[in-house]
Amino acid sequence: MMNPLTLIKNGLIKENPSFVLLLGICPTLAVTSSASDGFGMGLAATAVLMGSNVVISAIRKFIPDEIRIPAFIVVIAGFVTVVQLLIAAYAPALDKSLGIFIPLIVVNCIILARAEAFAFKNSVIDSLFDGVGMGLGFTLALTIMGSIRELFGNGSVFNFAILPPAIEPALLMILAPGGFITFGILVALFRAYQIRKEEQATGSISTYDGWEKLGACEGCSLKSLCGGGNQSVPCASAEKKEADA
Amino acid sequence: MERLLAVSSSPHIHAAQDTRAVMGWVLIALAPAGAAGVYFLGLRALAVMAVCVVFSVLAEYVWQKGMKQQSTSGDLSAAVTGLLLAYNLPPTIPFWMAAVGSLFAIIVVKQFFGGIGFNIVNPALAGRAMMLTSWPVAMTTWTIDGVSGATPLALIKGGSAELPALCDVFIGNIGGCIGETSAIALLIGFAILLAKKIVSWHIPVVYVATVAALSAVLGRPAGPVYEIFCGGLMLGAIFMATDYTTSPMTRKGQVLFALGCGLLTTLIRTFGGYPEGVSYSILIMNLTVPLIDKLLRPRVFGEVKKHG
Repeated sequence: MMNPLTLIKNGLIKENPSFVLLLGICPTLAVTSSASDGFGMGLAATAVLMGSNVVISAIRKFIPDEIRIPAFIVVIAGFVTVVQLLIAAYAPALDKSLGIFIPLIVVNCIILARAEAFAFKNSVIDSLFDGVGMGLGFTLALTIMGSIRELFGNGSVFNFAILPPAIEPALLMILAPGGFITFGILVALFRAYQIRKEEQATGSISTYDGWEKLGACEGCSLKSLCGGGNQSVPCASAEKKEADA
Repeated sequence: MERLLAVSSSPHIHAAQDTRAVMGWVLIALAPAGAAGVYFLGLRALAVMAVCVVFSVLAEYVWQKGMKQQSTSGDLSAAVTGLLLAYNLPPTIPFWMAAVGSLFAIIVVKQFFGGIGFNIVNPALAGRAMMLTSWPVAMTTWTIDGVSGATPLALIKGGSAELPALCDVFIGNIGGCIGETSAIALLIGFAILLAKKIVSWHIPVVYVATVAALSAVLGRPAGPVYEIFCGGLMLGAIFMATDYTTSPMTRKGQVLFALGCGLLTTLIRTFGGYPEGVSYSILIMNLTVPLIDKLLRPRVFGEVKKHG
């Protein structure tokens, strides 16, 4: 069994689903026009993720490999329906503001990705904590996004007015472009933080290679010529490494 | 002897003109429009210009210091961006909004993409678009001589029959953004840019001609001559669409780019929700520049045209 704390920390920071794995970007952009919407959406997804991870892990030995994706979807859809009805009953305001995005949790790729990549291969307890970590990481990301956008776009955070009324909030921030701009900046900050931490831990300049992480070599049209190190083939990745060194 | 044997790669001919000199001439070419703006719209216009220029240059300097990059704030490009942004704002805009717009233009639109030469859209126009979306009321409140009034294009959009005289529109005695109202001052700037060979005539002339022709074809009520002198068309065509970084490299590409700008501008003016469409049409066409450059890439000498 893995350490539950490590699993949770992994989901919160190291493999944060929104800012590091870049999964579930649709809700990250669409429902973060206010902090409370982002927080609510994050918790709803966390509940579904915990439930689906546990159930899928428990029945993983019975699911035939060929039809595992439909099986995952049925389990996830079941939990989404439960969560949707609960929100509609106990938090009608949240239900109204999240709207179509609650049923759309079914196709949230974080949940499917964790079912496929983690729950299908690990024990029930580990899967539960992976669900908690990933869900909280998603909630954290959505709440940060929502707070920043609500602060600059509406002058408040969680509906508490923060900016003085003399400063007219910038509507752009709660519209779609504000979502993209905030998201881009936060992803960059997260990456910069991780690179710096790695450098502090190892005491040397980070070997982090965005080109490799993006699979740039895999998709490169010159791969057959290069063979992974032919100096005469022009390579943006190698050029960048040289410039850094 | 060593000097004689120095080897360098082409190009070997170089001119004294560097970025700073080019941007300096752009600033000089922009001066008449600024003067007209201050004369017709009041001293506050001058203050808005000062705020935008100071915050743009400062933003570039601080960002590059913080990021440990080589500073380019001395090359005047940030000053041009700031001044162009100010020309796109109404003189009544609150100063802090102008400052935020400048920071957005320089940091988000220019520096996030890699600084001078790497921005994918015109920073001043993107700054204006951000401000128009964020503060629609403050950005569309026009006054002249202390009386608020609609711009000629807004009057056309509203179906009003009483438009300002063509002569007023030409010299700039109308409501509007600081730098856009006086067509004559902008044309003087164009003459300076042409004389110093900073820009070629292709983009501005094709852009304006397209708008005139389409306005005639679509039967816009004020007529093509009136259409080309009002709104931000002259400012956009002469100073914004000709930005080196965000316009195509080949002459053919520039003509195609300008045709697209003219088409979109007239379509937005006629059918769109906004009375004026210059800034959005240039921004949209900016994004097509890589495609245009790829499409109209000159053939290498001897290259055979592929069939089918």
